[in-house]
Amino acid sequence: MNQLPALLRVFSYLSILTVGGGMAAFPEMKVLTVEVHKWLTFPQLIHIYSVGQMAPGPNMMMIVVIGQWAGGVMGAVLTLIAFFGPTALLAFAVAKGWRKLEKWPWRTSIQQGLAPVSIGLLLAGCFTMAKGAVTGLETGAIAVGVLLILLQYKINPALLVVAGAVVGLLSFAPK
Amino acid sequence: MSEAAKPALQAVVAAPEAATVSIGQIFLEFLMIGATSFGGVVPYLRGSLVTKRGWINDKEFVEMLSISQSLPGLNATNMAILVGEKLRGWLGSVVAILGICLPGGVLMYVVGIFYHLHGDHAWTTAALKGVAAAAVGLILATVVGLSKKALSRNFDFVFMAATVLAVNRLHWSVLRALVIVGVLAILFHYPRKGEKASEAQ
Repeated sequence: MNQLPALLRVFSYLSILTVGGGMAAFPEMKVLTVEVHKWLTFPQLIHIYSVGQMAPGPNMMMIVVIGQWAGGVMGAVLTLIAFFGPTALLAFAVAKGWRKLEKWPWRTSIQQGLAPVSIGLLLAGCFTMAKGAVTGLETGAIAVGVLLILLQYKINPALLVVAGAVVGLLSFAPK
Repeated sequence: MSEAAKPALQAVVAAPEAATVSIGQIFLEFLMIGATSFGGVVPYLRGSLVTKRGWINDKEFVEMLSISQSLPGLNATNMAILVGEKLRGWLGSVVAILGICLPGGVLMYVVGIFYHLHGDHAWTTAALKGVAAAAVGLILATVVGLSKKALSRNFDFVFMAATVLAVNRLHWSVLRALVIVGVLAILFHYPRKGEKASEAQ
């Protein structure tokens, strides 16, 4: 069955949900890509999201994988366009207007009001992911360890994800 | 697009004026950022656009970043759109976002193929378990960092908690939570007299 129209629909909708970061759209992404369209399983979604954190560039490039599995090269390209197109157009439209609104008092209200909501969305995305990713003592320790190290030291987060892979291998690989 | 300026001649000197930056230069610069920005794009953007090239100054950078953060969309791609637009209009935006997405996109495409072939291998699942747990820690660190920086009142934690509960417990769609809690939070932060807009950060 041709999945391209569905990919286009799902990812352009997810696009507008990414307030504060790509993770904000994660709970919805899980529902739509795993439960509704069954393009991949929940563990697979968690895996490709996490591997994507090691890749350079915008941190949601993992959507390419979903597009590819559901619709080949065309699926991957369309997914990218759908996911980045709507917000790109919005940013372009706002580019000039927002500066003119500097004196508009509600501009500050919008910024201050959306901050806690976008952080909440990020946290909600994180919990959705943790349900699948933190399943025992070892994975819990890795997550907490990464959190504490990042709060304490200025270190490239991508390195910690690589370190997570090593710890994962040591803990879970067949002996 | 009417300039006849040849990029090759001007590439030697650091461009003092935005108008002298060519489309090709914009594409290449963002392609480089897209290929090297491991672990978060923002510091790389600043190092490249402000420090190395001088295409925008620090004040413009901070302003564009604050716009990028308020809008839906990733910081990385929103910044590409805003900087590209400032340098060379819509075409600048298009090549900037293409450049920044291309390397990671190609890489993830290859990852997708490999995952399909070897994803259920015991060693791969072992490593991926660790990677996924590390990613959870990473997002939590982002949450803590943002909370320290972006929240202006203690009551904001109530809006934050309400958003989490709405999505995770009540299973609202993200859009519904965003609109309902968002509007309440914006109204709570209604413009008060005597507070200057510049206090927004």
